Amino acid sequence: MKAAAFSYVKPRSLAETFDLLERHGEGARLLAGGQSLIAALNMRLDTPRVLIDLNGLKELSGIRVDRDSIAIGALTRHRSLELSEDVSQHLPLIHAAMPFVAHAAIRNRGTFGGSIAFADPAAELPACCIALDARFVIRSRAGERRVAAREFFKGLYETDLRPGEVLAGGEFARSGVPYRYSFQELARRHGDYAIVGVAACARIGAGVLSGVRIAFCGMGPTPMLASAAAAALDGRACSRDVIAHAQASLAQDLAPFDDLYQTAATRMHLARVLLGRAIAQLTTDYEY
Amino acid sequence: MSTEAADTLEISLQVNGAPVRRRVASRLHLADFLREELGLTGTHLGCEHGVCGACTVRVDGEIVRSCLVLAVQADGARVETIEGLSAAGTVGALQRAFHERNALQCGFCTPAMLLAAAELVERQPDASREDIRRHLSGNYCRCTGYQAIVDAVEVVCRAHRAGGIR
Amino acid sequence: MKEGGTMPPARGTMQYIGASLPRANALRLLAGRGQYVDDLQLPRLAHAVMVRSPHAHARIVSIAADAARDAPGVLRILTGPDVAQLCRPYVGVLLHVKGMRSAPQLPLALGRARWQGEPVVAVVAESRAQAEDAAQLVEIGWEELPPVTDAETALDPGAPVIHPEFGDNLCFERVVDTGDVDAVFARADHVVEATFVTSRHAPMPLETRGIVADFNPAEKHLTVWQSTQVPYMMQWILAHHFGLPETSVRVIAPDVGGGFGLKIHVFGDEMAAVAASLVLGRPVKFIADRLESFVSDNHARGHRVKMRMAVSREGDILAVDMDDLYGIGPFSGYPRASVNEGLQVVNLAGGPYQQRVYRGRSRAVFQNKPMYGQYRAVGHPVACAITEGTVDLAAAAVGMDPAEFRRRNYIPADRFPYTLVSGPTFEKLSQHEALDRLLAMMDYTGLRREQAELRPRGVHRGIGLASFVENSNSSSATYGQGGVSIAAQDACTIKLTATGGLAVATSLTEMGQGAHAVAMQVAASAAGVPIDRVKVVLGDTDATPYGGGNFGSRGTGIGGEAVFQAARALRANILAFVARLTESEPSLLDVREGNVVDAESGALRMTLEDVARTAYFRTDRVPRDFQPELTVTRSYAQKYYSGVFTNGIQASYLEVDTDTGFVKLLRHWVVDDCGTIVNPLLVDEQIRGAVVQGIGAALFEQCIYSPEGQLLNGSLIDYLVPMAAEMPDIEIGHCVTPTATSELGAKGAGEAGTAGAPAAIMNAINDALKPFGARVTMQPFTPERILRALGKAGAA
Repeated sequence: MKAAAFSYVKPRSLAETFDLLERHGEGARLLAGGQSLIAALNMRLDTPRVLIDLNGLKELSGIRVDRDSIAIGALTRHRSLELSEDVSQHLPLIHAAMPFVAHAAIRNRGTFGGSIAFADPAAELPACCIALDARFVIRSRAGERRVAAREFFKGLYETDLRPGEVLAGGEFARSGVPYRYSFQELARRHGDYAIVGVAACARIGAGVLSGVRIAFCGMGPTPMLASAAAAALDGRACSRDVIAHAQASLAQDLAPFDDLYQTAATRMHLARVLLGRAIAQLTTDYEY
Repeated sequence: MSTEAADTLEISLQVNGAPVRRRVASRLHLADFLREELGLTGTHLGCEHGVCGACTVRVDGEIVRSCLVLAVQADGARVETIEGLSAAGTVGALQRAFHERNALQCGFCTPAMLLAAAELVERQPDASREDIRRHLSGNYCRCTGYQAIVDAVEVVCRAHRAGGIR
Repeated sequence: MKEGGTMPPARGTMQYIGASLPRANALRLLAGRGQYVDDLQLPRLAHAVMVRSPHAHARIVSIAADAARDAPGVLRILTGPDVAQLCRPYVGVLLHVKGMRSAPQLPLALGRARWQGEPVVAVVAESRAQAEDAAQLVEIGWEELPPVTDAETALDPGAPVIHPEFGDNLCFERVVDTGDVDAVFARADHVVEATFVTSRHAPMPLETRGIVADFNPAEKHLTVWQSTQVPYMMQWILAHHFGLPETSVRVIAPDVGGGFGLKIHVFGDEMAAVAASLVLGRPVKFIADRLESFVSDNHARGHRVKMRMAVSREGDILAVDMDDLYGIGPFSGYPRASVNEGLQVVNLAGGPYQQRVYRGRSRAVFQNKPMYGQYRAVGHPVACAITEGTVDLAAAAVGMDPAEFRRRNYIPADRFPYTLVSGPTFEKLSQHEALDRLLAMMDYTGLRREQAELRPRGVHRGIGLASFVENSNSSSATYGQGGVSIAAQDACTIKLTATGGLAVATSLTEMGQGAHAVAMQVAASAAGVPIDRVKVVLGDTDATPYGGGNFGSRGTGIGGEAVFQAARALRANILAFVARLTESEPSLLDVREGNVVDAESGALRMTLEDVARTAYFRTDRVPRDFQPELTVTRSYAQKYYSGVFTNGIQASYLEVDTDTGFVKLLRHWVVDDCGTIVNPLLVDEQIRGAVVQGIGAALFEQCIYSPEGQLLNGSLIDYLVPMAAEMPDIEIGHCVTPTATSELGAKGAGEAGTAGAPAAIMNAINDALKPFGARVTMQPFTPERILRALGKAGAA
């Protein structure tokens, strides 16, 4: 099980990267952490002509906290996210999701940007980014553009990235008011891709939820924003009926398919169970 | 390193403390490089798609799956394998604990299991049994019931906390 | 039974038998200094890669290999007809299993491929990567044929027939019928029934299959390094099928990265690699990668069993009626055949309980899926699950505690040896004792209380019991009597080294279970030598005496007994020699701690080093009419029963999340009786590993096929094996009932954990689900299936 032959290059700057992308076009793949890509190469599921290794681009690495936002560079390793005080303080949802991401050896190597750009709908980080209304920073020779996470994921393993573009990182707004968060996941074994996972955040005051954002992984061709369910909760005092209504609303939000072990209907059921658990966590210490 | 894409590249790295220079094919993964080029066959291939963990080595001090890292990516890196980590330090303590508890049978998963466990012992010596099980859940063992492994790691964590690993 | 008296009674301390010693041969594995087949490098080593059938059933219309032949590094392309000229075809039947049939098979498909993954073309190149590159250039023209993929419909009239000459897809059928079954069921107070399904799954050792074949044309000699449990079987096979004298074939099993029964079969890809070496006259390596392992390893299980049990209102099992159907591959496996699972299911359904009235049928059908064969605990997990699952239903029907129901129906302790109506004889079981010990270990009543207390809080825990038996120490009834050249015997040669140590060569093989350590401990104990002066050699047909190797829980029981006998014989020879030298009597002497001593006082008479020096270097001191024999060989075969059964019981304690269908394993207990235990440290973790494999079957492992016969989850990403995080702590207890068929008294310990675990898990899940009136009987017990049973799958 050896990869088909390809050539390899490690640019020293983004400018060089854009040159290489231009030169090699569709036959090129960008290599970040490689934790999905190299497996696909070994299995000959993917046979690119050229691998462009981004790991020399220091400017794409690291976590930066500004007055209004937190930026995560595309090459930031999962392990760095897991350990980051800044992430823990400002993006606790991501902090909570990290232990669910694969296994230690994978987290040491895998990157934030790799996970986003690969766009596996069952992965944790894309769902977190949608729940947190992140924006992705995309660079190309033409310059820089920003895309909202909810617009970025176009289809199964499909993103808004165009030829010649490189995902540079993600930006998250610093919320003035502290919000609550919950990350819940069901996987058959620890570290497996989720059957279903939910990333939820909301503010709560006097038992009323506001600013509710919920995203699911594993429940459609992309990470799925659960707008209807969020709307069913937003501005309401939490009650069993409200929760049940939100759970029922997931039918509008999610588009699960059958997988090897579960039917779509079962996955929808599990999504509803997880939503209930996420709400319970968001509203901990509130009686209803 | 050139910014022209190439089928083979010259790399220089440190493997188990010794400098190594080789010209390698771009497609060669680090596990095959260690095994085939350097004869470091203590690193095993169990799946070559990044699931079984048998190819775990340390790159720049952190465990990685060497089937998911290209040899060319290790240019300039410090790579450590079971051959270089044996007998002393955390891995040595784990080897002794594994031996005493028979925390291995066929031994195919063992070098990688030791390296994975060593990272936990060093990062989180207060790990509970559940923590140990979760941390090792990326390393497949078909022979043991995992319990002897967990027992051995637990003992070494305890010794590490007590400052007992030299 | 211990007839003879040819041997002096065992004396000395036997200090290492029963000792929890770390394994000496584990040290190199821990240091990364093991040597597995893929670690081997030889000059001019070539690499073979297989082009495999993408279809479950298809005719080979054409093979275009010119582009591949011209690719960089390619040395040779071999097709089915090429290999057919070198290799005699094989047929996987056991002659003593009446009515079974299979068709001739060759290493590479000839004319027709019969499963997705069957090797069709072998590409040999200078490197593995080059061989893979070239393999992609081989173009095979296919004409797809209708596949047989569902065992349930494989026998339907009109179903495609894989071997037209047979008329249908039946490989084998066995029926046992004591008569009276319908009448007993008709008048029984209770009849319980269920259909149980076990999934098709794969042995999945971490080290995949692999071989290096090195044919030396100058000597016409073939050396093979193979990841195998059975070097002598392979020697016979290679010599026979490639037309070489057996003396020109050497098989070496280096360190083996797990076997579990996978590595006792003949595989086309490995045979093709041997053929390539014969053709090229240079060494050829073939290592199955993980993806091709999924479609080329022998699979197992995959049974559908309809089970009924008739019970009296007092709680006595009156009759069992069982119908088993399972799909094997398109051929019965060679050389061991693919029917042993079904045989064990028929033989053991309803055991280990008193059997009164029984009807059982097992049918094996051909299908277009990968080859099928022996995998850890062959058939036992199926027999155990159907029996123990039904026993729980029966206990519930009569309103009896499941533990009490079992106790009531166990074979009474005074009735051994006990012969089942289906054939096998249990020499002696310890079921009542095992049950008592288990219930005490787990605090059964305390757990029942806890379970009841947690129910109202919505916490649904279950307790599941599973009594098991496990065949070990097989006689020639398994293979030899079926005309298959697999040794039922094992042998050991021990020589006293020049410095008074022991060099032990055994036909036992090591794949991690501890055969090497067992040989050391038994030899040191029986000879009276410190263990650090013992060296063990195994896994090489040029270096060890003849024997079967390791499979079917026979290593310690059979091979260990041969070591025991050889060491005892050496000790007797040493004593006779020293008695002669010292003008004493052998009976007045003993060997202890490496010294010949006065048996009475323990006073030193001669060190073993002096004994060896005298015998080897100072023959002038040896009486002319006396020749000391300080190298001895002894063989042992178990000839009393078809197999010596072990027994025991397991319990699982788990929690079912009734909202998600997820199962959390909390604890697991095993009481096992494998007779004499040579090394408890090894036995206990081996049992745990076996339990974990059983848990794999119960909760995770399943080869999923499309209706067209395509494997849908053929990677370690999608095929779920048990990992550390989900496994419980497993507590092991023992009863010790040594077998009287040997001096050592050891029975097998390798498989029973796998036999009993799925049943224990199933019963525990169903115990947890009882308040909901829900039940699962189809393994693996996935969240989907549990939710379905609860009526929640896709609810709302």
